[in-house]
Amino acid sequence: MRYVLKRVRRLVVVIFAVTLFTFLLVNVLPGDVAYDIAGQDASEEEVQAIRADLGLDRPVMVRYVEWLGDFVQGDWGRSFRTDEPVVEAILSRFPVSLELMLVAQVFALILAVPFGIIAAYRAGRTTDRAIATAGFMSLSIPSFMAAILLILIVSLNLGWLPTSEYEPLSEGLWANLRAFILPALAIAMAEWVILMRVLRADMIGVLQQDYISLARAKGLPVWHVILRHALKPASFSMITVLGLQIGNLVGGSIIIESIFALPGVGRLLINAIYARDFIVVQGVVVFIAFAYVMVNFIVDLLYAVLDPRIRTERADG
Amino acid sequence: MADPTTNRPLDPVRPTLSRFRRMRPTTGKSGQFGIAFWLPLAWLVLISFTAIFAPWIGIQDPDSLDFINLQTPPNDAHLLGTDHLGRDVLARVIYGARVSLVVGFCAPVVGMLLGLPIGMIAGYFGGRIDGFIVGAIDTFLAVPGLVLLLLFSLIFGGSLLVVTVSLGLLFIPIFSRISRAATLSFKSSEFILAARTIGANDFNILVRELLPNVVLPVLAFGLVAVAGAIVVEGALSFLGLSVPAPHPSWGGMIAGGREHLEESPHISIFPAIVMFLTVLSFNLVGDTLRSRFADVREAAI
Repeated sequence: MRYVLKRVRRLVVVIFAVTLFTFLLVNVLPGDVAYDIAGQDASEEEVQAIRADLGLDRPVMVRYVEWLGDFVQGDWGRSFRTDEPVVEAILSRFPVSLELMLVAQVFALILAVPFGIIAAYRAGRTTDRAIATAGFMSLSIPSFMAAILLILIVSLNLGWLPTSEYEPLSEGLWANLRAFILPALAIAMAEWVILMRVLRADMIGVLQQDYISLARAKGLPVWHVILRHALKPASFSMITVLGLQIGNLVGGSIIIESIFALPGVGRLLINAIYARDFIVVQGVVVFIAFAYVMVNFIVDLLYAVLDPRIRTERADG
Repeated sequence: MADPTTNRPLDPVRPTLSRFRRMRPTTGKSGQFGIAFWLPLAWLVLISFTAIFAPWIGIQDPDSLDFINLQTPPNDAHLLGTDHLGRDVLARVIYGARVSLVVGFCAPVVGMLLGLPIGMIAGYFGGRIDGFIVGAIDTFLAVPGLVLLLLFSLIFGGSLLVVTVSLGLLFIPIFSRISRAATLSFKSSEFILAARTIGANDFNILVRELLPNVVLPVLAFGLVAVAGAIVVEGALSFLGLSVPAPHPSWGGMIAGGREHLEESPHISIFPAIVMFLTVLSFNLVGDTLRSRFADVREAAI
């Protein structure tokens, strides 16, 4: 309990600091919002009018407190380009980002588990080194580059998955999923390596345990022993990393969403940046930070549930 | 008593480097670097050389438009072909390397200059100072790096300076973590105690005793950080938020060729290959050096 309270307190401080930081950055630094809204040929009076209208002529801290009050109540302002309420804009796009991340994680797992097992089983041999090398190269491909290569090879040269528009789930599962395959693969290209390495390291340790030798000595086939006896204890760290990686995926999926024209939160952010739509940017940044912190918080708690040692150790630290 | 090789008096307070020699871990046979080290290093030297001497090595002007030769595939006049405006792809790749390498090297340096002292102070003084610094870093890490960079580019505009500095800021957490961990692992060593006994103050201990030990693992991570910085700069220029448009950059070139992937894939593919090889090379060289010189990193993160 003490552990949970400590984590919650920290969570609140971090989120508060993020809102303050984002607000100050967007509001105090150069490039006054009013000039952007008014456009290039606006007169000074028009700019002043907009500024008064938005309340920009008052002290920053007063505005921050007001903004935070509205923010907590779910009023995140409106886009001054499209007039769409920011909360709705984010919430309507969030499922797309979530689906992209889930599909990407599934792909990463599909690659990581078999290769991790094989690498651990053949640790130090040629197969292991080949997998390590492939992983190293895979990690050196930036996700946007992977995206371009996938489009070029899979859709243009092989013609397997013509680059398709995003379809909502109501249009059928396959129509919906096929738009996610290439983007999720582009993200998974780097993710699987990290998972594979963690699994391999743990698997090597587990395979040296006595009960594995016993199972083998009983005459159970190798793959049975690995899949039924070794995989579960060896995948503990990998699952933790899987959770923590979700946070990193948030950043990575921003570019991927805009390359594949998926209407997710990342694309909303990029488009808002191109349009210099400060209010949307501000909302999305706080939302992403919030989601990111929450995910890490939950993973941390789950970890403590699974491994009781952490509850006592970390409560002191 | 004097050191027989240098003839200088042995200083019992500073056995700095020798500590690391003993820690050197396992990889590689008796200190040889393999082909996975020399080949990437050669590529990096080649890229750096052509980037630095770009105006004098007889390549074409990266900005000159040639409307007769639009999107020509690689040929004798244009070794890597031309892009959709008829600009020489080879020349643009070489000039683009300048942006990637400048950001790639300078951003980690910015992060190191700020992160190293922060981490050392946190590790050395401990207690409340440590708690505050660790908390501040956690908060900083609550916003994904790319989001922060996008925010900076929105507010300050895209330029080489803005990209380098804001990317450098993103490297503060990792560098301060490494140097904090290293500081913690040396803090209670005998040579620190000895220095304190002969009357050295905190500043002297930090700079003269701890810094030489901490700087090694930090530098060893440096090259891997360079690879990371090049990737992120590539992502930003891919989005058009790094150096302004006509200026060649790898990410920008890959993005520019997107519209023409089907008929002239070479416009995107060549900068992509060069960028991939460069990032891979920095990773390989960095990884070799890191496993050779430092594994304190894992100790206390």
